[in-house]
Amino acid sequence: MSAIEVILGGVILGGLYALVALGFNLQFGVARIVNLAYGEFLMGAAFAAFWMFTLFSINPILGMLLSVPATFAANWLVYYVLMTPLVRRARTREQLEGDTILATFGLLFVLRGAATLAFSANNRYYDYLGAPVRIFGFTFAANRVLAFVMACIFSLAVWIVLNRTRLGTALRALAIDPIGAELVGIDVRSLSGLAFAGGGALVAAAGTLVSTFLAFNPSIGIDFTMKALVVVIMGGIGKMGGSLLAGVLLGVAEALCSYFVDSGLTLAVAYALFLIVLVVRPRGLFGTS
Amino acid sequence: MHIRLSQTVSVAIVAALGSLAAWSAAAAEAPKSIRIGYAVSLSGVNAQGAATTTLPGYDLWVKDVNDRGGIMVKEFGKRIPVEVAAKYDDTSSVETLLRLEEKLMSQDKVDFVLAPWSTGFNLAVAPIFAKYGYPQLAVTANSNDEEQLVKQFPTLFFFLNQPPHYGGALIEILNKYKNAGQLNNKVVLLSVGDQFGAEFASGFSAGLKANGYDIVLQKSYPLGAADLTNEIKEAKASGADTFIAGSYPPDTFMLTGTAIAQGYSPKIFYTAVGTAFAEYGGNFKDKVQGVLGIGGWDPTVPGAMDYYKRQQAVTGHAPDGWASPVTYASLQILEQAIEKAGTLDRQKVLDTIASGGPWDTVVGPVDLKTHIRESQIGAGQWQNGQFVGVSPSDFPGVKPVIFPKPAW
Repeated sequence: MSAIEVILGGVILGGLYALVALGFNLQFGVARIVNLAYGEFLMGAAFAAFWMFTLFSINPILGMLLSVPATFAANWLVYYVLMTPLVRRARTREQLEGDTILATFGLLFVLRGAATLAFSANNRYYDYLGAPVRIFGFTFAANRVLAFVMACIFSLAVWIVLNRTRLGTALRALAIDPIGAELVGIDVRSLSGLAFAGGGALVAAAGTLVSTFLAFNPSIGIDFTMKALVVVIMGGIGKMGGSLLAGVLLGVAEALCSYFVDSGLTLAVAYALFLIVLVVRPRGLFGTS
Repeated sequence: MHIRLSQTVSVAIVAALGSLAAWSAAAAEAPKSIRIGYAVSLSGVNAQGAATTTLPGYDLWVKDVNDRGGIMVKEFGKRIPVEVAAKYDDTSSVETLLRLEEKLMSQDKVDFVLAPWSTGFNLAVAPIFAKYGYPQLAVTANSNDEEQLVKQFPTLFFFLNQPPHYGGALIEILNKYKNAGQLNNKVVLLSVGDQFGAEFASGFSAGLKANGYDIVLQKSYPLGAADLTNEIKEAKASGADTFIAGSYPPDTFMLTGTAIAQGYSPKIFYTAVGTAFAEYGGNFKDKVQGVLGIGGWDPTVPGAMDYYKRQQAVTGHAPDGWASPVTYASLQILEQAIEKAGTLDRQKVLDTIASGGPWDTVVGPVDLKTHIRESQIGAGQWQNGQFVGVSPSDFPGVKPVIFPKPAW
């Protein structure tokens, strides 16, 4: 086994981290909401994919046509019903972040509890595209490669929207300076809602992809929220390119550690990397002061 | 005047309370129900294990007993139904669990408390069970110090054997084929990075080395690892004929899936917790043929298949092939011990559990004289869609091993 093979495996895993982080970054960086219930939507999408696959034999990738818009709508509702009152009363960004952390922390427990009640706490797993594929002569599981490819497609789509459309320009303006954005005639509230819902749609895609190769249960959400938080802060809040790079970096660091040092230390390496980035560049790899 | 009035009132209250107490004392003579309570992990990291192994057995047993009209208690001369008077969620936090067990025994004052899930939790609450004198039928627990623990806590009973026993059961299989020249002596030993994995790895590696095996790759990985492809690739490159993983359910599934994807099909493929789950066979279908795992059961024991089908029908959870039937068996023992003792007196029931065996259960006869269920299956294998016990070979009812594991 060569270092190239290990790195390639890390990139494939990191692509998924990047996709998970991208949605979180839309919600945190643009809509300014620290959504601690983010991972619960990933869990919800994973269950949706599982049930569609096992009950109706619906291909998980096709199933996204249903689960992604549904999660988009659900997040849009969350924004308008739960978050709008908080956005209205918040005087500063810090206050909004604090309030939304508390509100979404509650939402996390509601969603997890409901899922445990409805689906039981059992681990779920289904076999989809477990077959091997060869890349540069190395063998990888097809479902992991597919997840990586889909993550690239979604990231590219987000990049195009943000950098090549009028809507994207407005969203970026919102991320940099919400007050300035409002002054130049950007509808801050509805665009924030859109960014929040868009983040939800991305996490639904990530959840579907994760479910094809990871065992999951109603309490996995928080693990992904934490990972997304680490990646977003490492890459820079509101910086989509930063999330991509940080996600892949994290995946490669974990893979290298598991091969050359010890698999038990991957978490430690992930957080060490996080600390180093924070010390060297407190605003993240791509952050600007 | 005012004082006198209060005195009258207090006397009245005392009298009322006194008669109430007398009335409850009379009622206690023939209780409406046998009150059961338990605290298990309904949420958090342990919830999946509890939901698979522990809760369905509890639910099924309560229903079964009440369908029979309750448990015959001789001192009252009638059958008394079982009532789940308190059911709490320990949220997978041991501090919460300790508090809830105290509450069950000191405030709710239930007649019997059923055990929580996992080794760590059962050992943590053993002092509380001992303090209040409640029998603790700790099914989902095993430890290297069982003999010493049951001496320290006279209310504690173990149903699963010590880790070296499981290692021994697998090594017996390995030795057979190694001595016949059909298996090389190289072994890969992976384990999950928590207490279970650590005890598993130390127990197994000691036994393997003592039997002349060369552990060419030994690694641990974190609980909840997102990718184990590198580990499988290294195992494949190691040239070992034997793959052993002290794994938990999510990684048991992931290791198997990854091994299939990587075309890694060693002669012996052994994973731990989760291998015996019905979902494991349901997910990988006929690919699981020949996979070895921890535990195992004998479906030909009288009542075993009937229990299997009823649990699936009643609770919607198919039992696993290791600790689920033992959970149900532990409650069959409690029920029989209450009937045999003819009383709800906990000390008498406790003594009867220990001395009254062997008990007739869905896992065969169980004797708890030493407070430890000694004789049991240590390793199982997926054979034609069922996870059956295969070792130790002198255990009644075990099946011959399929060797080598057919290619995926």
